[in-house]
Amino acid sequence: MTLLRVSDLSRTFQTANGPVHAVRNVSFDVQRGECLAVVGESGSGKTTLANMILGILTSSSGDIAFKGTPLPAKRTPAQRRAIQFVQQNPLSSLNPKRSVGASVRLGLDTYGIGDRADRTRRVEAALESVGLPGDMRRRAPAALSGGQRQRVGIARALVCEPELLVLDEPTSALDVLVQARVLRLLNDLRRDRGLTYIFITHDLAVVRNVADRVAVFRAGELVEIGSTEAIFSSPDHAYTRRLIGAMPVVDDTELDLRNRLAEGT
Amino acid sequence: MIRSLRIISASPLSLIGLILVAVIVLAAIFAPLLAPFPTHNGSVVDFAFANQAPSARNWFGTDLVGRDIFSRILYAYRISLVLGVVVLAIAVPIGTLVGLFAGYMGGWTEAVLMRIVDVFLSIPPLVLAIAVLGVLEPTLTNAMIAVTVMWWPWYARLVYAIARSEREEGYVLAAEVIGAPTRHIALREILPNCWPAIITKMTLDMGFVIIIASSLSFLGLGVQPPTPDLGSMVAEGARYLPDSWWMTVFPGLAILAAVFGFNLLGDGLREVLGVQE
Repeated sequence: MTLLRVSDLSRTFQTANGPVHAVRNVSFDVQRGECLAVVGESGSGKTTLANMILGILTSSSGDIAFKGTPLPAKRTPAQRRAIQFVQQNPLSSLNPKRSVGASVRLGLDTYGIGDRADRTRRVEAALESVGLPGDMRRRAPAALSGGQRQRVGIARALVCEPELLVLDEPTSALDVLVQARVLRLLNDLRRDRGLTYIFITHDLAVVRNVADRVAVFRAGELVEIGSTEAIFSSPDHAYTRRLIGAMPVVDDTELDLRNRLAEGT
Repeated sequence: MIRSLRIISASPLSLIGLILVAVIVLAAIFAPLLAPFPTHNGSVVDFAFANQAPSARNWFGTDLVGRDIFSRILYAYRISLVLGVVVLAIAVPIGTLVGLFAGYMGGWTEAVLMRIVDVFLSIPPLVLAIAVLGVLEPTLTNAMIAVTVMWWPWYARLVYAIARSEREEGYVLAAEVIGAPTRHIALREILPNCWPAIITKMTLDMGFVIIIASSLSFLGLGVQPPTPDLGSMVAEGARYLPDSWWMTVFPGLAILAAVFGFNLLGDGLREVLGVQE
């Protein structure tokens, strides 16, 4: 079943040097329960696309339909609630002056879900679902590690019980070992809750780990979309081949060695 | 609180500031108990003791009509501190709200609000206050209004700069994606991150407000006699320099102590609260 349908979507920014086409005539579908990776180099329009799906940026033309209904420029709370966001930098994504609980609770407060006690219960449950103790809600973000903060960011998205998560490079600011744990968590959450992911990344190793399908972007255009297997084994487009060619090759022996070194030193 | 005191105490200058401010505030609060001549607060004359140099009876000497200068300085501190607190209590919320919404919302809100701020900032502060007092009657209330009018734009500019950089932070993006109302994002998310800078500036500004208020009354535009005010005491005494030096020097030192104290304390707070310049 199609959860999200992007049709002929474009976004143009006016700059001093004339118009810049950040996203150009992009169309694709996202099926319920799948993980679609969006890859491409910096400036390929990945973030602009994500911002339009999240509703914080309006499109220049084309539209986005969620469960068959086109999303309006001003979304209803229910529409916002259904599509949540996990961002890249765990250091800036939590307000240093607010408690972890206050940050996680924001969605519940905004959408008016439950009463006080119920919100606290939901916040604790969300923290526990990402492997953190529920009473961490009282802590300040400064007391948390990067990996813990990223888990809090995921809890903030999950607390609203969304259907679609847009993940913008959720692991690229974390170190390798923490990265692996967060990816495993995201995979488990998707399986257990039937979530759908749009996973923006430039790390193709991560893509191979989590994605069912891959959409390759270049200069605002969707150059190729297909199953992860197909894209990696027989990329159609020259650009995709170059992107995969540029990926550092890590086989299992190398990975073992790397892990042993990381633990040993 | 205890940790803050420890950080302040670690720097001798900040500690001096804290002690000076504490002494001045206590002296002002308990002026009626501490002043040797509490009645000299008003229009009392005692010509037998007029124009006396500092002595055991009058530590800081007496003025032309025989009033004890030490007693009058204690009462003058009350006026200065009340004026500083009232001015900041009005100027800070106005300036903060203007700067916060201009900085966060950008666009037309920013253009309109910040141009208004620029207009105020382009007029030299003392000139602006003198202009306001030229139109209004010179009284304590109007002096407060005049100083407030010249003070709020500085807070608008300070908070505007912080809000502009904070709005690029991930936590603001997160709140926008969730769809939290603008009011929530400005007041609950961004404002808490402005407090350290605001509190530091308020402490520093207490000293500057006291100077400006004293300057206004030095020019005869502030608090009117017989109410004791540091600025007007300096102005009265200045006519009798250098012979009756105590009439000018002690009120002058009193201003210096207050400004110095608040500045040192402000610098100390900057450290405690981790504010960057």
